[in-house]
Amino acid sequence: MITVGIDVGSITTKAVVLRDGSILSEKITATGYQAQAAAETVLAGVLSEAKLKSAEVDAVVATGYGRNRVSFAGRAVTEISCHAAGASFLSPGIRSVIDIGGQDSKVVVMDANGRVKDFAMNDKCAAGTGRFLEVMAGALDLDLNDFGPISLTSKAPAAISSLCTVFAESEVISLISKGARRQDIIAGIHAAIAARVTAMAGRIGLTAPVMMTGGVAKNIGVVKAIEARIGSPVEVSPKAQLTGAVGAALIAARGSM
Amino acid sequence: MSDQTKPADPEKEKRKIKAVGKMKEIMTAYYIEAKTAEQTGRKIAWITSGGPVEPLIAMDVIPVYPENHGAMIGAAKMGPDLCEKAESMGYSRDLCSYARADIACAPVNGGPIGGLPKPDMLICCNNICGTVLKWYQVQARYFGVPLFIFDTPFCHTVFSAEARRYVRRQVDEYIQFLEDACKRRLDKDRMQAVGRLSLEGQRLWQAVLDTTAHKPAPMSAFDAFFQLALIVTLRGTQTVVDYYTALLAEMKERIENRISAVPKETYRLLWDNLPVWYRTRWLSEKFAAHEACLVADTYTSAWCGTIKYIDENDFLGSMAEAYSRIYLNIGVDEMANNVIAMIDKYRVDGVIMHSNRSCKPYSFGQYDIRKIIQRERGVPVLLIEADMVDERSFSESQVETRIDAFMEVLK
Repeated sequence: MITVGIDVGSITTKAVVLRDGSILSEKITATGYQAQAAAETVLAGVLSEAKLKSAEVDAVVATGYGRNRVSFAGRAVTEISCHAAGASFLSPGIRSVIDIGGQDSKVVVMDANGRVKDFAMNDKCAAGTGRFLEVMAGALDLDLNDFGPISLTSKAPAAISSLCTVFAESEVISLISKGARRQDIIAGIHAAIAARVTAMAGRIGLTAPVMMTGGVAKNIGVVKAIEARIGSPVEVSPKAQLTGAVGAALIAARGSM
Repeated sequence: MSDQTKPADPEKEKRKIKAVGKMKEIMTAYYIEAKTAEQTGRKIAWITSGGPVEPLIAMDVIPVYPENHGAMIGAAKMGPDLCEKAESMGYSRDLCSYARADIACAPVNGGPIGGLPKPDMLICCNNICGTVLKWYQVQARYFGVPLFIFDTPFCHTVFSAEARRYVRRQVDEYIQFLEDACKRRLDKDRMQAVGRLSLEGQRLWQAVLDTTAHKPAPMSAFDAFFQLALIVTLRGTQTVVDYYTALLAEMKERIENRISAVPKETYRLLWDNLPVWYRTRWLSEKFAAHEACLVADTYTSAWCGTIKYIDENDFLGSMAEAYSRIYLNIGVDEMANNVIAMIDKYRVDGVIMHSNRSCKPYSFGQYDIRKIIQRERGVPVLLIEADMVDERSFSESQVETRIDAFMEVLK
């Protein structure tokens, strides 16, 4: 059986082709203005890489905030179910998922069979998400990919108290003008994100083992800050950013949650 | 709203509650009566939604509810404009959106009905929140009219003897206040009759809400949000008794004829907190698409939740306790007990909690109540963040994802 999972996120759109439980191909592109166009682009990409024709695909499931705008998907399933399914596939036995994407952060707790038991999501504010980090990278004039390694060199993380992206940015700017070290500012930003997501996890209670998914999982600094906060290791798959798409393809194959 | 423009769908027509037309007539007549009170020489009292209205009815004073008006403003999607106006007058955005909408409406006669009729007096009962104290003081200053504050102590678990004496004495002061304002005595027999009608109305309203214990439910909480208007505004009148008698009969008929609120009711949910007035249709369609019916809610049942404390032979005496022990004036454990009783009674599969930015006393404690009901009943609970009137605090895609995900978990 061949299935495709499409994850239309607020910043990037991801696609994965799955055949009988193994990943054939994967693609990531910027979502941009047209969610449907981005979804078509990644679909064409994964199909050509896997040397498949669209007629050979048995089922497509879309997820992510643009899930209802993918016309060729047979079904739309939320990121919560898809991240749970994807995480269980990438690392069987995972019981909790911390997903930080472009504008969402969420915590999902699963039972021993990988079924979603409970979840919590950020409220109407995108503080501590991927977009938040992009704004901070802009303020610090750095490539976001360098954030993780740089922050690990900090010995005294700066205090970032504001939870609002705009106010946190002005806090960062005033730290820069006071001559604070760059690594300390970034480590402070990561600690603030970790504090926020840990508070959210506290509402439903985490069960180990914990996996982090979503684009922000690529940032080792955030992962380490979360580990320090929750006091247990956090697994990160090399396919962390694709977790939602993998889960969508799995759910498409199962035909049910 | 724009139903007339679409061709009638027989399936939808069948599900429409027939009493709705009568309710609209009654509410229109009520607002016309209130807005022409100056010409007819009747007095107007503005009163909080949980306030003791029966003495007003007995004194032939027309009660007017800024909160009911607030709900109308919300449903008419006029909330953000009026809230912004209140903010430009200097009121904080963190203040209740009913209060902001009402305060902003007064000087400009804004809102869907061109403002409320000017009050002759204000009756403020703080059993629902503390905001009403300042809100009514602001309005008393603005209109230059007397304000009566009916202070109900918070009942964590019990209604103490001291509290009973304290509130009972205020009932007498309240009557004195009304007699001074109306320049005539209260007719005790009339008061007793109004009390009986109020109790009968509350019993009927409870009976209407209880029909949803039937599977499938003949009406949903979205219907209750609308049908509620009379028990709030005209409690203590024959009109209310007649209307709910007819509505109850219609619900029983729907059960017999297997007419359900949601075409395929598979999941039964309980709603907590005020409605999201500007999104009731969207939410109702969203849940129906998931084959879910909101069969009960903690909000509309608040107007019949203290029947057990009322003595119909001593309405004024017993009303002290009944008005003190309403849902928003009791401790979190008591609230959780109420919710658990509703989960059992209406055989509920999941709970939706609206964390309402406006209503602090209602939203405070929701996480604890959630924990208690998950522990006691293992029922899943979803929290969604919104506001009853101020649409600026509503994010459609956020709410949609949460509801979709919650329904995926339930399935």
